[in-house]
Amino acid sequence: MSVMGAGAGGEMGGAPSVAAIEQFAGKGAARSAARRRGRPGAEGGTQRRPSWITYVLLTIVVIISFYPLYYAFLLASSTAPDIARHPIPSLVPGTHFFDNVSRVLESGVPFTQAVINSVIIAVVMSLSVVLFSTLAGFSFAKLRFRGRGPLLVFVIATTAVPTQLGVVPLFLVMKQLHWIGQLQAVIVPGLVTAFGVFWMTQYLEQALPYELIEAARVDGASMLRTFWSIALPAARPAATMLALFTFVASWTNYFWPFIVLGSKNPTLPIALQQLQAAYFKDMSLIMAGVVLSVIPLLILFVIAGRQLVAGIMQGAVKG
Amino acid sequence: MTSTRTPNVAGPTAGDELARTPRRAGFSQTLGRWDVKLSPYLYISPFFLLFIVVGLFPLFYTAFVSVHQWGLLKGQGDYVGLENFTTVLQQEIFWKSVRNTISIFLLSSIPQIAIALVIAAILDANLRAKTFWRMGVLVPYVVAPVAVALIFGQMFADQSGIINQVLRNIGLEGVRWHAEVFPSHVAIATMVNFRWTGYNTLILLAAMQAIPRDLYEAALIDGAGRLRQFFSVTIPMLRPAIIFVIITSTIGGLQIFDEPRMFDQDGRGGSDQQYLTVTNYIYQVGWAQKNFGRAAAVAWLLFLIIVIIGIVNYLITRRISSENQGGKKRKKVGA
Repeated sequence: MSVMGAGAGGEMGGAPSVAAIEQFAGKGAARSAARRRGRPGAEGGTQRRPSWITYVLLTIVVIISFYPLYYAFLLASSTAPDIARHPIPSLVPGTHFFDNVSRVLESGVPFTQAVINSVIIAVVMSLSVVLFSTLAGFSFAKLRFRGRGPLLVFVIATTAVPTQLGVVPLFLVMKQLHWIGQLQAVIVPGLVTAFGVFWMTQYLEQALPYELIEAARVDGASMLRTFWSIALPAARPAATMLALFTFVASWTNYFWPFIVLGSKNPTLPIALQQLQAAYFKDMSLIMAGVVLSVIPLLILFVIAGRQLVAGIMQGAVKG
Repeated sequence: MTSTRTPNVAGPTAGDELARTPRRAGFSQTLGRWDVKLSPYLYISPFFLLFIVVGLFPLFYTAFVSVHQWGLLKGQGDYVGLENFTTVLQQEIFWKSVRNTISIFLLSSIPQIAIALVIAAILDANLRAKTFWRMGVLVPYVVAPVAVALIFGQMFADQSGIINQVLRNIGLEGVRWHAEVFPSHVAIATMVNFRWTGYNTLILLAAMQAIPRDLYEAALIDGAGRLRQFFSVTIPMLRPAIIFVIITSTIGGLQIFDEPRMFDQDGRGGSDQQYLTVTNYIYQVGWAQKNFGRAAAVAWLLFLIIVIIGIVNYLITRRISSENQGGKKRKKVGA
C-alpha cells in the first residue's frame, strides 16, 4: 500500500511543534512513519472508540442512501391512484408489486430483451476489459521495451479526454459498419479502457515479482505462456475489482447505448426511458421497472460490495 | 504517478535477465528473440488500436464534420468554414444550455465534495462494523443514473412528490421543481450528488487514513481543537485527493446527460429549456434535427468549455490549498 502526499508535511498552521520538527527532521523517518501509519492494520490504532453521536450521524447518512431505493419499491408496490393520494408513502409496502412487474413485462417495451442485452454487454465487456488491461498492464509493469515511459504517460493522459464528445463521428463509423441497433456497437468501443490499463499496471508492478517471470522464462515458457500462467493468476485480486467496476459502469451506462441502439434492441436504462415515455402517468409501473433494473446490481453489491469499497479506496491511495 | 522504469526487486540484472533467452540453436532462438522484442508491443496494442479508432479519430473527425454541412441522412455536404460555429453561438438555446450545465455542475460538485469531506471525517475513526458503514454510503453508486433520475424525478414531482408534500406539511409552499430554472437545477444536482457523494467519500477517506497520526498529535500539543485540526491538518494533507476528485467531477459533470434527459418524459430539457444541458443539446441538434455538422460544432465548444473550466479549477485549488507545494505532483512513498 502506498501513501500519497507525504511531502506535504510542513503545511500546518502556526509554528511547527517539537513533534512536527522531529517528524520531518529526516525524510527517511517521515517515510517510515508514513508507511507505518498508512497500513490498514494501524489505522486509527491509537484512537479510542468513537462516541454514539458518530453512529447516529452515520445511521442518518446510510438511511439517506437507502431511502430513495426503498421509496421506489414502495411506489412499485402500490397503484397510480394511491400515489396521487398519498405523496408520502407509508413505510409498509403495498401488495401490488407483482402485478406491476407483470404489467412491465407485458408492456410494449421489450423489457426482457433489455435484461438479456444488458447482461450480455456487461459480461462481455468485463471479461474483455480485464483480459486486455491485464495484458497491457503486464507489459507496462514488467517488460522492457523502447518507449514504455511515454506510452504509459499517454495512457494516463487519455483518461482525461472527454470521449463522449466524439459521439457524432463514432456514430458515423457505426453507420458505415451497419452496426446501428446492434450490441457490438456498444461492446466494441469499450473492449479495453485506459483506466483498466493503468489500474493493472499499478497493481502488477508491486504484486508480481520478477523472479517468478524469470523462472518461467528459464523453463522455456514463451511470453504468452508466462503471461497466462504467471501474470494472470497474480493479477486476480485487482482483476476482480476491475471486472466489478466495468460491470457496474456498463450496466448503468445510458448515453451511448441510447444513441446507437435505439428502441428496438434496448439495454435496461433505455427500456426504463421507454417505460417513462409510454406510461408517465403511472408511476407504480415505472418504479416496478426501476426496481427490476436495480435488483441485479444490489445482489452483486451484497456479494461483492466489499471489493468495490476496497477498490475505490486503493485506487484513491495510488492515484 | 512515479516512474516505472526501475524494477524494485531482484537486483540490477533483473531486466537484462528477461531479455536473455535460453541458449538454443537456430530457428527457435530467433523465434524466442522476436517473442521477447515484439510481445510487449503486441500486448499493449489492443488498447492503442482501440483508442485510436474510437477515441482519437472521432475527436479529430468531429473537427472535420464541424466545418461541413452534414446531415444524418444526407451525409457530407459542402464545406462551410466556421458557419456552424457562428450559427450555434448566435442561438439563445445554446447559451441557455451552457448556463444550465455550469449551474448544475456547480450545484452538484461543490456541495458534493464538502459533504463527502464531512462524511469521510466521520468515517475516519476506529469504528465498529467499518465495512458495513462504508458499503452503506456506496449503495447509490450501483444504481443507474437513469433509475436515480426516475426516482428523484418523482420525489421532486410538483403535485404528488414527497418533497413538496413535506414542505406543505411544515407550512411552506411547494416548489415548482420542474417549471423553474433554479429549482430544476437543484433537483438534478441532487440526483448527481446522491449517486456520487459516497464514492467520493471513500476516495477522501482513503487519503485521510494515509495522513500520519503524529500530525494530529502535534496539532493537539499546539492546542488545536477538532475543527482547527480538520482545517489545518486534514484539508491540506488531502490536497492531491481533493484535486483528483475535482478533476474527475469536472470532466464528468460538464458532460451530464442522463439526469436532465430523464427529468421529464419528453427529454427536451423542459418547456423553456430550463434544464437542457450542452450534451442534451448535442443530442437534439444531431439526432432530432439531424444536423451533424452543427452537433459537432457544439461538441467542440463543449470541449473548449471543459478545458477552460478545468484550468480555472486547477488555478483555484492551487491557490486555496497550499503555498509551498506549487508545481509538485503527488508523491508516492511506500512501495
